[in-house]
Amino acid sequence: MSRITVSKTYKLYIGGKFPRTESGRYYKLKGRSGKLLADVSRGSRKDLREAVVAARKALPGWANATAYLRGQILYRVAEMLEGRASQFVDELVAQGSTSAAARKEVTAAVDLWVHYAGWSDKFQAVFSSVNPVASPHFNFSRPEETGVVGAIAPESSGLLGLSSVLAPIMVGGNSAVVLASRKRPLCAITLAEVLNSSDVPGGVVNLLTGFADELLPHMAGHMDVNSILLCSEDAKACKAARELASENVKRVVLRDDAPLEEDPYEILAFQEIKTTWHPVGV
Amino acid sequence: MPEGPAEGPAGAARAKAPKKTAKRDGKPAKVVKKTGAKGARKSPKGGKKMAPPAKRPAAKPKRGAPEAPAAKPAPVPPEAVAKPDDAERFDFVRGESYAPAPESTDHISLQDSYGLFIGGEWVKSRKRFQTTNPATEEVLAEVGEAGKGDVHRAVTAARDAFEGGWGDMPGRERGKYLFRLARLLQERAREFAVIESMDGGKPIRESRDIDLPLAAAHFFYYAGWADKLEYAFPGRDAYPLGVAGQIIPWNFPLLMAAWKLAPALACGNTVVLKPAETTPLTALKLAELVAEAEFPPGVVNIVTGAGETGQALVEHPDVDKIAFTGSTAVGKMIQKSLAGTEKRYTLELGGKAANIIFDDAPIDQAVEGIVNGIFFNQGHVCCAGSRLLVQESIADTIIRKLKARMETLVVGDPLDKNTDVGAINSREQLDRIRKLVKSGEKEGACLWQSGQDLPGKGFWFKPTIFTACAQSHRVVQEEIFGPVLAIQTFRTPEEAVEKANNTPYGLSGGVWTDKGSKIFEVSKGMRAGVMWANTFNKFDPASPFGGYKESGIGREGGLHGLMPYLDLE
Repeated sequence: MSRITVSKTYKLYIGGKFPRTESGRYYKLKGRSGKLLADVSRGSRKDLREAVVAARKALPGWANATAYLRGQILYRVAEMLEGRASQFVDELVAQGSTSAAARKEVTAAVDLWVHYAGWSDKFQAVFSSVNPVASPHFNFSRPEETGVVGAIAPESSGLLGLSSVLAPIMVGGNSAVVLASRKRPLCAITLAEVLNSSDVPGGVVNLLTGFADELLPHMAGHMDVNSILLCSEDAKACKAARELASENVKRVVLRDDAPLEEDPYEILAFQEIKTTWHPVGV
Repeated sequence: MPEGPAEGPAGAARAKAPKKTAKRDGKPAKVVKKTGAKGARKSPKGGKKMAPPAKRPAAKPKRGAPEAPAAKPAPVPPEAVAKPDDAERFDFVRGESYAPAPESTDHISLQDSYGLFIGGEWVKSRKRFQTTNPATEEVLAEVGEAGKGDVHRAVTAARDAFEGGWGDMPGRERGKYLFRLARLLQERAREFAVIESMDGGKPIRESRDIDLPLAAAHFFYYAGWADKLEYAFPGRDAYPLGVAGQIIPWNFPLLMAAWKLAPALACGNTVVLKPAETTPLTALKLAELVAEAEFPPGVVNIVTGAGETGQALVEHPDVDKIAFTGSTAVGKMIQKSLAGTEKRYTLELGGKAANIIFDDAPIDQAVEGIVNGIFFNQGHVCCAGSRLLVQESIADTIIRKLKARMETLVVGDPLDKNTDVGAINSREQLDRIRKLVKSGEKEGACLWQSGQDLPGKGFWFKPTIFTACAQSHRVVQEEIFGPVLAIQTFRTPEEAVEKANNTPYGLSGGVWTDKGSKIFEVSKGMRAGVMWANTFNKFDPASPFGGYKESGIGREGGLHGLMPYLDLE
């Protein structure tokens, strides 16, 4: 008799823990052959709100960690991801990718984490300025984290898309609440395991699975979310989300349903510029 | 309580309807308050409302020069102000007379009527409205109210100008137009300053020494960027966006026009600018300079009007970018209305800045900073230091000295060179200030106002502080946009930062201490876009300005101020 495989229960990732959705709801994810891949947690509004609370709580520690440490941790994510590459390839294939495309996506994701790990202590230098004001002040402007970022990850890319959303948000010191791809959710929860074992403090990244049409309005209207990233081409949903976002002047970043390019300006999209006037004199 | 003019804490209505001896919580207030310092010593948080002073003959303001208020003492050396006993030598309430020093208005050129500046020409609009001097309530001029059609014409002119050469013009040439404009503004600075003070109510000292020089400096600064954009953003090529619609407020009418126009034009965009309805004149005067500088027609278009004009501009489909400075409420509406579009936007919205004074701060300097923070421009400043957070151990001293200093402020004729606090910009704004101040009293904060007498005509509000404020009080949470300061205390730096960050706003903040490392630590903790250390309300074209949270999106000024006007590819 062949061995019975042990399959994984895919849950959410909130505050460094892996809870089931409080709502008890699920949706079925099936592979190409119709085989059941998972009963995926269908995250609720309450899950989202708890994720925001966890993100807010984790924010100061992460934002005030040294840039060097954040770089170390992001690099660690790449290491962990590389070590579990075959698991991600399997998941991507199960969700419909060819194995060549899956391998390519996983290596691209690993390289992306390495790329952003290196930015952790460099983007500040690129985007800061010392300003020659006409008064006795040392005046400088530098980027700081925007805060809690809510994101709708690309639907079309389960691992690379999600990584390309998370890395620029994280490296800039933000915390994140991200809704994973509905049809390709498996890598999100497995990536959460990677993050969890890479010294990313609990709550810095919170991953939900579920339906964007249900959760996006709550994310966009949440008064303790500072910014939202929408990797979506659903014009109607984006418009409604942007309207809700205006209630607390959220920064809205709109991207296509595709992995974000490796680009320091994507880090800058989740930064605020702070200008300080420091007195000069004896 | 009904909002009768006689009941407002503002003394503004006093001349019309003398109020009874003020009572508060059943305690009779002093009928004649001799000095602020004395009262302050007895009860720093006493919140005594100023009783009306003995009536002086009703003021009869002349055109452009309301009667000078009676609060100008002989020059007080700063160290004297610091000592409460010295402050008692002067009776600012009863009024020691001083010689008025009004700025003359005979050299300014102001037409009775202005049209809209569209496509390099003055265009008549069907509807018109009047702009008044808030210090005298006299009409200064009549201006056009741009309707949808006018806005459309302006946007079309801007589009034509963008495609007709401005967008492709070598940066060096574009820059030269801006340099010209900066120079023309410098040459006519005095005239513009006087008009600014007449139209908006701000003290001539401020429009002369701050608004005008800074506006010219802004054009000068961004003029220099026009041919250097390729160096501004590493790894990217910079392209103009197209037509920028810009909506500016009434608190710094010309300066805000400069903040908006200079970077937009330097980056190769063309502009439709809408000044605020209560202060359109300097923007219209600026249009004259634009013509004199021979800008190509349509590069700069000025359309006057109120909210509807602004809305037409925001909603116009051929506008590529909206830049708005104004209230958070309107900013949210604009953000919402742009939700379905690809228009870019920057928002500079309200604030409720905390000015944090530590016990190791240079005290007298800090008191000056508090005064500058909240009474500069009548408190009509989005980044005003409208909350004072003072360390508990020095709270009594700071409040005592602050009250003494407030008694020496000269409130009155904006055109008088001695004036520290001018007129409230409009009746609407005065009503709003009164309403919020009333809420402060109702919620239990202790009100104290300085004892200056106010002119009879025009819109005025006394320098006001609230002590014993709770974090939840409206005067702590909401932007008042007037000369009203809410005071709280703290014990530790952590508590100060937490209280400072506990509003929906995040525009600016101040920190006062002799310790440099503390400046950096506290500034870092503050969720605010501009942090002033041992100073407040400083601006410079090279220094980026803008808010966190509900105070806005994007930066103006400096290198970062270019970004909102560029497409970076």
